[in-house]
Amino acid sequence: MTDAPKIRVRGLVKNFGDKRVLAGVDLDVMHGTSMVIIGGSGSGKSVLLKCILGLVEPDAGTIEIDGEDLARLSSRARRAKRAEIGMLFQNAALFDSMPVWENVAFGLLAEHRVTRTEARVTAAEVLAQVGLAASVGDLSPSELSGGMQKRVGLARAIAAKPSILFFDEPTTGLDPIMGAVIDGLIVDCVKRLGSTAIAITHDMASARRIGDQAAMLSGGRIVWQGAAERLMDSGNAMVDQFTHGRREGPIQMELRR
Amino acid sequence: MTPLNFLGAVGRATLSTLGAAGALAIFALTGLSHVVRPPFYFRLFWRAFINFAYFSLPVVALTAIFSGMVIALQSYTGFARYGATSAIANIVLISVVRELAPVLAGLMVAGRVGAAMSAELGTMRVTDQIDALRTLSTDPMKYLVAPRLLAGLLALPLLVLVADVLGVMGGFIVATLKLGFNPHTYIANSLNFLQWNDVALSLAKACVFGFIVSLMGCYYGYNSRGGAEGVGSATTSAVVSASILILSFDYVLTELFFAR
Repeated sequence: MTDAPKIRVRGLVKNFGDKRVLAGVDLDVMHGTSMVIIGGSGSGKSVLLKCILGLVEPDAGTIEIDGEDLARLSSRARRAKRAEIGMLFQNAALFDSMPVWENVAFGLLAEHRVTRTEARVTAAEVLAQVGLAASVGDLSPSELSGGMQKRVGLARAIAAKPSILFFDEPTTGLDPIMGAVIDGLIVDCVKRLGSTAIAITHDMASARRIGDQAAMLSGGRIVWQGAAERLMDSGNAMVDQFTHGRREGPIQMELRR
Repeated sequence: MTPLNFLGAVGRATLSTLGAAGALAIFALTGLSHVVRPPFYFRLFWRAFINFAYFSLPVVALTAIFSGMVIALQSYTGFARYGATSAIANIVLISVVRELAPVLAGLMVAGRVGAAMSAELGTMRVTDQIDALRTLSTDPMKYLVAPRLLAGLLALPLLVLVADVLGVMGGFIVATLKLGFNPHTYIANSLNFLQWNDVALSLAKACVFGFIVSLMGCYYGYNSRGGAEGVGSATTSAVVSASILILSFDYVLTELFFAR
């Protein structure tokens, strides 16, 4: 582990039309740390992840990975840097035109690292790491339950052994027990790979299970950052309102647009 | 509405149209550039090609046969008044090969394949599958769009060749079985009248129309937003715009080939 952050975000700004979603986000995520970002719906958590992933172009600010400003890299080097990131999407985002094993091994096949035969073997190994039998590999994603889809999404995210993992609301739509199972798998995978992780979630139990560090995004900025275990008694009025689900407090929800 | 407001509205509409045309042109050029740059996804191209060509064959074949039959009947009704029924074989041939086969095949695949492409890509967009591709080191334009553009470009000419033959056959069936034409004379008249540039025009139109169908299906699907409703409106837009573009380019290509 080094002193420099694995991911450093400075002054990140993103507008959609007249709406400013990110208003100068500053965030450091250290090597091997699991950072959980909390915040209300529409606070820009997913946009922040998508900016780091390169799926959304920020209007201003810098994103550094391993000390390298992504905007200053060549497009090839930038792609290579972003190829180090594995992502578990909120709804798993499995490719429904291909079987589960091909979903899991997609990244390996896309980069021509393995043959299809080898990919199938690797997919079975990775499926086993998330608690799924090799026979699941022959099923179509539409034949899986929500929890199984999340596991397959996790398997796909870790198949290429990325040094960074992102999780977008990993327990949304799951029952509490399956949510805890997915959280446990996430923690195991992150530890096994030694990856740096960022997870965004509304689920406080999940946040405390997954995260070493936590940050709260509100009004387009990081308003609090600290140890995840302090989430429920952070001493910050915004975090307290959010984590305890109080209607009254400094955060005013937009009920009308 | 004041004249200034009216001008403002016209200006905004013009800018919006130009912006949309520019976005479509950039999308088309980017897609085409991926067609000629590796890596190539042959499996995806083949799947799109089979879907375009093989599975559209029944609907295109039926359309062509019935169109040829109708042309034979209609032209007989009209030409009988002038005693020019001997020209019916030529009229059927020229109508089917130059116009009906490419245009009707284009419109049919716009409804069948273009709509399916748009719905598939639109669903992938709103369920984050396209974003997922990018996180897995795969360019969605290369993986999703380029194989479909190439399939459209190559598959419709094959379909139109079949439609040319079946359309003429439809006219032949009506002319010989219902109108009492001599089969040998009908076929001889058709073959004598056929020119290579008629077939060339038919195939050129088919290439352009196939590309239009794939392009509009991919463009609207790829850029769809807003869940199920967005996918639905993207699919409608893909079919409507492809149909209008096919009819517009039909005139342009006919003008280019024959208005000299």
